Amino acid sequence: MDNLKIGSRQFRSRLIVGSGKYKSLEETASATKASGAEIITFAIRRMNIGQSNIEPNILDYIDPNRYTLLPNTAGCYDAASAVRTCLLAQELLDGHNFVKLEVIGDQKTLFPDVRETIIAAEELLKRDFEVLAYTTDDPIIAKNLEEIGCVAVMPLASPIGSGLGIQNEFTIKTIIENAQVPIIVDAGLGTASDASEAMEFGCDAVLVNSAIAKAKKPILMAEAMAAATRAGRLAYLAGRMEKKYNAEPSSPIEGTID
Amino acid sequence: MNISINGIEKKIENDLFVSGLITELKLTGKFAIEINGEIVPRSCYLETILKENDQIEIVSAVGGG
Repeated sequence: MDNLKIGSRQFRSRLIVGSGKYKSLEETASATKASGAEIITFAIRRMNIGQSNIEPNILDYIDPNRYTLLPNTAGCYDAASAVRTCLLAQELLDGHNFVKLEVIGDQKTLFPDVRETIIAAEELLKRDFEVLAYTTDDPIIAKNLEEIGCVAVMPLASPIGSGLGIQNEFTIKTIIENAQVPIIVDAGLGTASDASEAMEFGCDAVLVNSAIAKAKKPILMAEAMAAATRAGRLAYLAGRMEKKYNAEPSSPIEGTID
Repeated sequence: MNISINGIEKKIENDLFVSGLITELKLTGKFAIEINGEIVPRSCYLETILKENDQIEIVSAVGGG
């Protein structure tokens, strides 16, 4: 079996999905199911106190017994708040230690602040978290995150929510070549072919949220992403043909009729 | 006495335990509580008394990527 191994866990699907930006929790649940994903990310936020305490919660729609939950630290701009968020997630999920660490640098780019990311990762690793670290597509930083003990490194394809696809295939390829832990392209994938491309390069998995949630038909796009991720993985395993400048006939040259 | 919950000031009776606050707020489902920056494990709700000016954060899961 071609399983995806992240830290102590194993998965069949190489598509990880986010749960943000959907029109409703029903749509979140349907798209998540259609994606075939086994790992679902979500965020930690203040509860709405005193207003509508019976408002539905995402965990009522995403069954923690069926999916592997991956709480993220989205919205954290420094290491301390990211660590704090992970500790809250751990308490929320009864000791869960599998987290997506992201420490954001600014609101315009939502680029990772890699310095703060590394500080937070070191602290979380000391506390026995399994850290999947969102980072820039910088091969040196990616290797550094691996060396300190992150169980997966998640370089961005392009800015979060931009749908621009992989903007620097050479750095993504270098990150993959250097890596001993799973490389998961996270952020910026816009459509199915972007996911295929990442997988063909040899990424171990892709994380997609906006491309599905903001599609005109999210459930259909979730299916497309599942197929594309699998197609890209199979193509990577198959090994693509060499590219050439000139044509080479597919039919034999000998035996053509005069 | 006064406490703050998720940034909002609230008056509560004295000697209220965290478990009592949860009942008062009618909180259901999965959530986590932090008081003055320290997580209060679920197992300690019955024995943790709230104090004047406690800064309480109650968080839950929401959609995100």
